[in-house]
Amino acid sequence: MSDKPLLKKADFQSDQAIRWCPGCGDYAILAQTQKTFPEITEHKENTVFISGIGCSSRFPYYMNTYGFHTIHGRAPTIACGLKMANPDLSVWLVTGDGDGLSIGGNHMIHLLRRNFDINIMLFNNRIYGLTKGQYSPTSEQGKVTYSTPMGSLDYPFKPTKLALGSEASFVAKTIDKELKHLQAMIKRANDHKGTSFIEIYQNCNIFNDGAFARLTDRDTKEEQLIRLEHGQPLIFGVEKDKGIYLDGTTPKVVKIGKDYSIDDIVVHDEEDRFIGDMLANFTESKEFPEAVGVLYCKERPTYDSLMSAQMEESQKGSKSSKGLDELLNAGDTWEVK
Amino acid sequence: MSKKVKLETVDNVTIRFAGDSGDGMQLSGGRFTQTSAIMGNDLSTLPDFPAEIRAPAGSLAGVSSFQIHFSSQEIHTPGESPDVLVAMNPAALKVHLKDLIPGGTLIVNKNAFTTKNLKLAGYESDPTEDGSLEDYYSAHFIEMSKLVTRASEGIDLSPKLIDRTKNLCALGVLFWIYDRPLEPTIDWLNKKFKSKPDIIDANVKALHAGYNYGDTAEIFTTKYIVNKAKLPAGKYRNINGTLATCLGLLTAVEKSKLSLTFAGYPITPASNILHTLANWKRFGVKTYQAEDEMAGIGAALGASYGGSLGVTASSGPGIALKGEFLGLAVITELPLVVINVQRGGPSTGLPTKTEQSDLFQAVYGRNGEAPMPVIAASTPGDCYYTAYEACKMAVKYMTPVMMLSDGYLANGSEPWIIPNPDDLGDFDVEFVKENLTDEKYLPYKRNEKTLARGWAIPGTKGLEHRIGGIEKQDVTGDVNYDSDNHEKMVQIRAQKVANIANELPPTEVFGEKKGDLLILSWGSTHGTCKSATESLLSENLKVAHVSIRWISPLPNDLKDILSNYKKVLMPEINTGQFRQMIRAEFLVDAIGLNEVQGKPLGASTIVAKAKEIINER
Repeated sequence: MSDKPLLKKADFQSDQAIRWCPGCGDYAILAQTQKTFPEITEHKENTVFISGIGCSSRFPYYMNTYGFHTIHGRAPTIACGLKMANPDLSVWLVTGDGDGLSIGGNHMIHLLRRNFDINIMLFNNRIYGLTKGQYSPTSEQGKVTYSTPMGSLDYPFKPTKLALGSEASFVAKTIDKELKHLQAMIKRANDHKGTSFIEIYQNCNIFNDGAFARLTDRDTKEEQLIRLEHGQPLIFGVEKDKGIYLDGTTPKVVKIGKDYSIDDIVVHDEEDRFIGDMLANFTESKEFPEAVGVLYCKERPTYDSLMSAQMEESQKGSKSSKGLDELLNAGDTWEVK
Repeated sequence: MSKKVKLETVDNVTIRFAGDSGDGMQLSGGRFTQTSAIMGNDLSTLPDFPAEIRAPAGSLAGVSSFQIHFSSQEIHTPGESPDVLVAMNPAALKVHLKDLIPGGTLIVNKNAFTTKNLKLAGYESDPTEDGSLEDYYSAHFIEMSKLVTRASEGIDLSPKLIDRTKNLCALGVLFWIYDRPLEPTIDWLNKKFKSKPDIIDANVKALHAGYNYGDTAEIFTTKYIVNKAKLPAGKYRNINGTLATCLGLLTAVEKSKLSLTFAGYPITPASNILHTLANWKRFGVKTYQAEDEMAGIGAALGASYGGSLGVTASSGPGIALKGEFLGLAVITELPLVVINVQRGGPSTGLPTKTEQSDLFQAVYGRNGEAPMPVIAASTPGDCYYTAYEACKMAVKYMTPVMMLSDGYLANGSEPWIIPNPDDLGDFDVEFVKENLTDEKYLPYKRNEKTLARGWAIPGTKGLEHRIGGIEKQDVTGDVNYDSDNHEKMVQIRAQKVANIANELPPTEVFGEKKGDLLILSWGSTHGTCKSATESLLSENLKVAHVSIRWISPLPNDLKDILSNYKKVLMPEINTGQFRQMIRAEFLVDAIGLNEVQGKPLGASTIVAKAKEIINER
């Protein structure tokens, strides 16, 4: 690609009126996506956004690319079929915590293990917005909603843990308000060959306002966030004076200075599953900071490339023009005159 | 020949092979079928197996059977009551004896009648010893296990493996009785067990042992000759519905130059479609075993969206799970072929038995106004043409199409004239071409004649657009909740499906063009109804048979046809689903003949009912 993008942000904006609630985190995600795309593609006709049902799933209507707003939870299935039909397309899946982890949980885990070259943006607002405020699979236990007046009994998923448990080859986390970081994650997902899973913490200002406030408030966030960088030590804090230390296999937050030096701090390795699992475990933990960035990234053959290889293999040495005729006439045949 | 053998010519024979699931009855039946096909008989088969993969050996639940009806005349059904029953153990005898015609030939593997097996089958005394059978049937108790053990002496195989060749022994006996050659079976064994010479040896010896037993034992005094049938000229093969369906799909993509993407989830009796297509990668066929039924249809629809022809197959319960996706395919107006190999329901029901009870599900089983073309196959070989036509209409009208088959069609077989794909006419497909102007692409602009929208596939410059399950504005495809627009779109989608009827050929009427009774069928009851009609016509009754292929839309000429008969009889393997549709559509007081027993209807039942109706007047 040349240095100067051929397309502009405006080229990715459709003419449809956006119908999210004012103040919704989805606006920021859409804007960062439209801003980033000119940098990652020169061919918007090769880009397809596929979604399920929910607030986040309206996303494809606002992108001036190909788009398919499917049914609740099933976007991964359409995406897989599309990728089989045309592996050259850049396929993006937009889903939410209800769509992707509840009704579509099965498709999500199977997409991740198969490793189609598809990028997933999971908007996690920890609530059902479009159906007006029921708890979701990522809502905290005890959440009081319309459907749980005495508090929800469900124990929540940690989406990045679920993704890693499903053998995802790329797992990242970011936040709607972290604009540059969000852009960087979209680019990383695009570069990754295989299923890329980005969990995006997204604020629903109507039904679950402030769900991620501790990670977005200026006063608190630096003490609560670790920004992951491959090959760099896991440090955080306003003064960058705290880090993750491994006591055997047990992580601990330590203060760098008297007892621990920077050399004692775990260095992030995106290809290390142990570190990935550990960072995913920090999700919503009181003891540890929340890890944003690429938790884990290790390429392995994609389903679509393996399928293409099998197709090629099967066609070696076959005389395909005679094919159908040969099949029709296979087995014992006889003439009736 | 060591004894005097009488030769007798007969027109029609029905044989049923029955035994334990592990006894190889499907194989015996399959080989008898192939040999009879090569000999030029017309034939029809009906395999029947238990839902359990390996039910306890010797139990009633574990009985598997295969029926073949072969003839020197044209036939349309696998036969009703068998003339010959092969029972490889007491359980098989117990389950099937009631169907054997009085005086029929009974061939039993005597060695399987052990105390344990008799007890498992619920016999208090051994029917091969107590004289209870000989008075009613021509009963032959053959020590097949002993025969094959003796025949295979010196072959280095375990006694267990040698005992398993007894199905070939039984086959040998029948080949002798019906004067059929052994060579096709021997050739087949040589191919099938290429790398296992001992297995070939033992099986061939067992086959000869059975044949020679017929030849030398004093018990068989008559050989029966079933001559060649006068079938239409052509090159034939034997085919079952599953293979015919797959060949139909392949023909569709070969002719249209589309690629085929098949995605499905394992379910009886549809899985064999996936297995067959999975072996055809060399023809560019992509297959995908999805994580569930929804994923199967979703991937197929996604493939269609991408410009491939997406196909999925399942059976009743799986189709229920796919229902929401059918609605999405209807509203997004994408081509999709959904094959429902019907089985007994509701719920898990009778997974290995046949039924026609998913008709309502196919025609109406979606939320909202979601009309969808439905086509039903009438014979195993017809599955080829049905699958082909389903593909063609799906693409031409940009719509999901459901093809109804059933367990009997999928597993049953018949001689089949090998088609020439060139005779099927053109199947041209054109995707919407790239748009290099600044004009916005209008995804819901339609072909005036068919009302189909364009097939605009991702990757094409200038056609970027969004589709989805929310109602769309006519022409522009923008999200639209307007009430008038919605009603208009509902009507357009319905009209589009209805338009298919305009290109259907005239409905074939078999029998009298006007008369007392019309037998109206759909799907796999075709053969039985045709047989029944032939029989009624031979008695000079004023009857006719019409087999409906397109259930939705119904053919335009059906109304006139119905008006030509005083009464209409509708045999179905359900409680009267199509009858309700016909009554609602045409206000015709059709009479039902309904059995829901997990098996094909019998022609004699239809004949009796038809006469009753005609004589009522």
